[in-house]
Amino acid sequence: MNQAEFLNTVLPLKDKVFRLAKRLLISIDEAEDATQELFLKLWKNKKKLTKYRSVEAFAMTMTKNYCLDQLKAKRSNNLTLVHSNYKDTTISLERSIELKDCVNRVHSLIENLPEKQKIIIQLRDIENFEFEEIGKILDLQPTAVRVSLSRARKTIREQLIKQQNYGIS
Amino acid sequence: MELANIEKLIEKYENAETSLQEEQMLKEYFLQKDIPDHLFEYKALFHYFNDSSTEHFTKPITLKSKKAYWKWMSVAAVALLLIGIYSINIFDKPSDTERQEAEFALLETKKAFQLISQNLNKGENVAFAGLQEFEKAQNKIFKTNK
Repeated sequence: MNQAEFLNTVLPLKDKVFRLAKRLLISIDEAEDATQELFLKLWKNKKKLTKYRSVEAFAMTMTKNYCLDQLKAKRSNNLTLVHSNYKDTTISLERSIELKDCVNRVHSLIENLPEKQKIIIQLRDIENFEFEEIGKILDLQPTAVRVSLSRARKTIREQLIKQQNYGIS
Repeated sequence: MELANIEKLIEKYENAETSLQEEQMLKEYFLQKDIPDHLFEYKALFHYFNDSSTEHFTKPITLKSKKAYWKWMSVAAVALLLIGIYSINIFDKPSDTERQEAEFALLETKKAFQLISQNLNKGENVAFAGLQEFEKAQNKIFKTNK
């Protein structure tokens, strides 16, 4: 793979890589660093990239592995994630503001999901990958992906309804 | 789309049985303005998904690695080293007058050594003659003892 091919096929993936990194690492700064690091790695291995059937899936796998490694390193260092990306959710009686609240709440609900479910939600509902592709990225059977996804979707919905009914977040 | 249809799709969605096309339909539906109250949470969910998918990575990506930088550093170091060795050789070379002086000194020294060796040879011959005399005398003296 030469430079022009790299720029045309790999570089456009930067948004997807960044979004997945941000989903897992939470902090925007760290996601940006991770994206930079991952593209450097991809660039160095650009000769090998043609061997993979889907560069996109390969990039996603790399992102997943890299971010999980980062998280593991952080946990063993006993550091807590510091982030200030999402706004304070104050409850309002207005429907329109409530929608915005709800949207923000979805973010923190996804944040609380287990990592595997987080990745699956990100890849399916935001990046619109097929189940087979997600299975390849995560090294899982498509049916296992389905089960996890269903579980994640149900959890989010239940939590949203719960918060809606009690009016507390 | 009809509400009944949407509700059916939602159930499939919950069980993760929808295709990407069906999910796209759901998304389009929930991004509309008027959604029945009991589906409000889905509106939030799909709005969130829609917002998230438009997020972009805005920083420029640098693809030059630090490794390459070090490679060039080593090239520069080798070049500097070569220049250093070369210039040392240039500055150490003696000038023409110095060389003439050195050759003259060499000749003078050779002459001096020549003189010394000639005189030494002379002395050696004298000493050798003396030694022979000494031996003759010795032979005379010790002849009787043999």
